[in-house]
Amino acid sequence: MTDRPPPTPTPGTVAATQAPRPGGLADRPEHSPESPLSIHDVTVAYHRRPVLWDIDYDAPPVAPDSGRLIAIVGPNGAGKSTLIKACLGLVPRASGTVEVFGLPAERQRAIIGYVPQRESVDWDFPVSALDVVAMGLYGRIGWFRPVTRRWRERARAALDQVGLADLAGRQISQLSGGQQQRVFLARALAQDARLYFMDEPFAGVDAATERAIVDVLRDFRARGRTVVVVHHALATVPEYFDDVLLLNMRIVAAGPVETTFTKDNLRKTYGGRLTLLDQAAQALALAEEPR
Amino acid sequence: MTTLAQQFWTMDVPAGLTAVFAALACGVLGSFLVLRKQALMGDAISHAVLPGIVIAFLLTGSRATLPVLVGAAVAGVLTVVLVEALCRLARVEAQASMGVVFSLLFALGVILVRRTADRVDLDPDCVLYGQLETIFWERLTGPVALLDPTVWADAPHQLASTGAIALLSVAAVTILFKELRIAAFDPGLATAQGFRAGVLHYVLMVLVACAVVASFEAVGSILVVAMLVCPAASARLLTDRLSSHVWLSALISAASAAAGYVIAGFGPAAVARLTGWDIAGEALSASGMIAATSGLVLAAAIFLAPSHGVVARAIRRRRLRARIDREDLLASLFRDEEQHRPSDAAVFRAATVRAARRLGQVDFEPGGTRIRLTESGRTEARRLIRAHRLWEGYLVDELGARPDQVHRTATELEHVTDAAMDRELAPPGAERRDQSGKPVPPRDS
Repeated sequence: MTDRPPPTPTPGTVAATQAPRPGGLADRPEHSPESPLSIHDVTVAYHRRPVLWDIDYDAPPVAPDSGRLIAIVGPNGAGKSTLIKACLGLVPRASGTVEVFGLPAERQRAIIGYVPQRESVDWDFPVSALDVVAMGLYGRIGWFRPVTRRWRERARAALDQVGLADLAGRQISQLSGGQQQRVFLARALAQDARLYFMDEPFAGVDAATERAIVDVLRDFRARGRTVVVVHHALATVPEYFDDVLLLNMRIVAAGPVETTFTKDNLRKTYGGRLTLLDQAAQALALAEEPR
Repeated sequence: MTTLAQQFWTMDVPAGLTAVFAALACGVLGSFLVLRKQALMGDAISHAVLPGIVIAFLLTGSRATLPVLVGAAVAGVLTVVLVEALCRLARVEAQASMGVVFSLLFALGVILVRRTADRVDLDPDCVLYGQLETIFWERLTGPVALLDPTVWADAPHQLASTGAIALLSVAAVTILFKELRIAAFDPGLATAQGFRAGVLHYVLMVLVACAVVASFEAVGSILVVAMLVCPAASARLLTDRLSSHVWLSALISAASAAAGYVIAGFGPAAVARLTGWDIAGEALSASGMIAATSGLVLAAAIFLAPSHGVVARAIRRRRLRARIDREDLLASLFRDEEQHRPSDAAVFRAATVRAARRLGQVDFEPGGTRIRLTESGRTEARRLIRAHRLWEGYLVDELGARPDQVHRTATELEHVTDAAMDRELAPPGAERRDQSGKPVPPRDS
């Protein structure tokens, strides 16, 4: 996992690598320890080709009764999924730090929930909808302990919340695509995290599932959760989300939807897919190749 | 008679039990390999551990079980590491990478065996095919002997090692069941929750390496692959639950081993007695018979599994076909009624008409070959025609299809339209019309 290429030298990382701060992000005035998610100076590379450069982002602090729904928006290949995987530690970071409520993300796993893309798992796997939802509880159940009736009841309640209680015992390949997405959502609910990452939950779902997802998102917001969602449908961003993070290998703009989700920013994000950064990334990757 | 009974206890019981224990371990662990689509990893490890065994043997100079197991486990882990490194560095797919690694390591093992043949009492054939027939527990003369602890000290080491790995595998899978399940299904989530999927992967691979090595002497390194794959694949066809999958796989594996051993040992004599053929003296390879039995079980499962089997699927297809034929009959009769045409039974398949009659959906007009819809048949036909015409309207209005091309598609879709789809096809207030102006029958309340 760790023998990735060394940190790619980029203009922004020089200061950070020269003097690592003992106090972490807390020393930086713009980083608040109350922030549910602080991303500082994160760069990610695949095969030496950087896909994310110098990502700096702080999610605004939340109150117990008013959370935050944050959309990550950007063109294909902008690194949207990679960003949330880097936050979760599922892809190695070439540089940078990710803190969740003031502590390194790696130490906050118990309060971080994740809804992966539907294609990321094998739906022929012999587990039931209830089994999959219960997996969201494994972190709290802990090593070696079995999934007892008490935990299964919790999983069932989460399934009920997305309207799938009747299908609890069904093997997951016998669910429709929308139902599968709702199973993932129920798993996130069961997990009862404080910060969630969701990778394109709205991709290819039916109307009923879209409503179920929006209901769950609003429920999360009402309970003070922060939800970071990779989102494709630009039209629904103002309706569903509070904040938006416009991404194209770097952060183009981030902030409240009203002020950030502007035509100008969108053009900067989507216009001219092959930005100068992208060209530089290709040149870096090619520099190692034989001529 | 006493010699036969003695032979049963001193030879057949320890050898048969060794085979069963080896199969049990392989069955339990193989189920996870098959589910992770890494069955080939079992193959790779089973070949690649050879150099590990030889090196352990050369270093310690003994064939004691423990050093051999350790050497094999190290080689097994090395295989996994090399396979993953090769995947990443050479950018080849996992299967190709396994193929390269295990052939190289196996070749290294063969060279080592040949080079040191004078010093090493290791026979490649034995590694490949096993030597179940040589397992012998001299002092086990009957069940009573088991009560004597000194008899246990004399137990064959193959029985001890396969018994230990069977126990270890069952214990590990029982204790780590939840962890292995989440790591196999969703490694990302497992890691995110603090169950390092990579670590669990290595735990599983070390167990597989140990099971493979312990099973060498029972079934050999080639046939051990059959034990890792066949029972697990059979079990997958028989159940949709992971727990029953794992234990069914273990059960099938152990039963195949017992049955294979019995067939090999007593089959020729039994056949000779029944048929009079002169084959009583023929010998069957026990390990070969065990692998063959597990293969037969898999073949049976492929055909006969209750819901995933070939036969069950064919029956479901036939039933669906019959239902569609019957529904087409009802729709056709409904159209005839609409246009006040008589319907001749002879234009439909007799079996379809019989099935519809049996369900009370059609009956014959008195004294003729003409058939008509009963009330229940008409209700059903109205639902189908409604779905058909709604789909035609939807395909033209919403999807912009050409009106003369939608009939065929609508004819297929009408058979799978449920109430929820009906509601979406005809939202309240927006009553659709059929393309040719025919009325869409109302929804049944």
